[in-house]
Amino acid sequence: MHIREGTAAAWPICLGYFPIGLALGVLAQKAGLPWWAVAMMSTLVFAGSAQFICVAMLVAGATIPAIILTTFFINLRHTLMSSALAVYLSGVNRKFLALYSYGITDESFAVNMTRFRDGNWDHWRALIVNHLANAVWILATVTGTLVGQFVPQGAFGIDYALTGMFICLLVFQLQGRIYIVTGLLAAAISVVWYQLIPGDSYIVGASMSAATCGYFLKRRRRLRK
Amino acid sequence: MTFIDYFFLFSGMGLVTYLPRALPLLYLAHKQLPRWLVDWLGLIPVAILSALLAPSLFSDSATRSLQLGKPEFLVAIPTLLFALKTRSLGGTALIGMLLYWLAGLFI
Repeated sequence: MHIREGTAAAWPICLGYFPIGLALGVLAQKAGLPWWAVAMMSTLVFAGSAQFICVAMLVAGATIPAIILTTFFINLRHTLMSSALAVYLSGVNRKFLALYSYGITDESFAVNMTRFRDGNWDHWRALIVNHLANAVWILATVTGTLVGQFVPQGAFGIDYALTGMFICLLVFQLQGRIYIVTGLLAAAISVVWYQLIPGDSYIVGASMSAATCGYFLKRRRRLRK
Repeated sequence: MTFIDYFFLFSGMGLVTYLPRALPLLYLAHKQLPRWLVDWLGLIPVAILSALLAPSLFSDSATRSLQLGKPEFLVAIPTLLFALKTRSLGGTALIGMLLYWLAGLFI
């Protein structure tokens, strides 16, 4: 039961991960990484954007400490997601949480949060989503190093799979005016932040600013009533 | 690079990726969270999704400048309508792909 429902929730993530994983595998192979190194990276790190940047930095001749430091900053945004998940995973034992945390990505976070909020979801199903996504990611990245150069780029619009999924998850989150306002604020702030400040800080910066504005708007409305 | 080099690099990357994912959850899941924090965290998912999406729809990724009317954005409009109507996650991903593929053929 858990496995079936977990799989049903995870397949859009897997669909989106496959082409990205293939692309990463191709780039890594061109950069001279053997397939086993890619398997090791996808298992130990499991963070798409950081892995892309790692490959680019290896090509550019960056040092190991520089790559690790960059990875840290790129993945800091997960502290926010991990905190938000705590609301639904409160009281779950620490061993489970330690295993669960490994699989917190932008995609699994968004899917699981939506399911938790709608109810009828538990930590085991959420864990299955995380690990299925991880398994597909490892498989896709390794496949990319082996056969990726034969796959035509942009076939069947598959590059849009995760964007499409995020759009739908965003729709699920819009359950009232305050959520719509917060979403619009985050969109506006992130676009401006993205253009003005190099790096990835726009994700954390815009979402924290927008959530804070949304929170105060909500409180002011509540106090006025 | 040798096996050991790769192992050190990926272990280091793995550690700095894992800790930000694990520490807040391990700490907060066994605390009574104050009301304001729960309210604030409740707004985080919508904000993060918007912040992940918006720059890719409205900006050129090479120059990081404002760009309106990108195919990514034009395709997002019918995809959004489809999501509002059907509320199907997998279906929306597939429709988005189909439209983006068609857009690539015709635009």
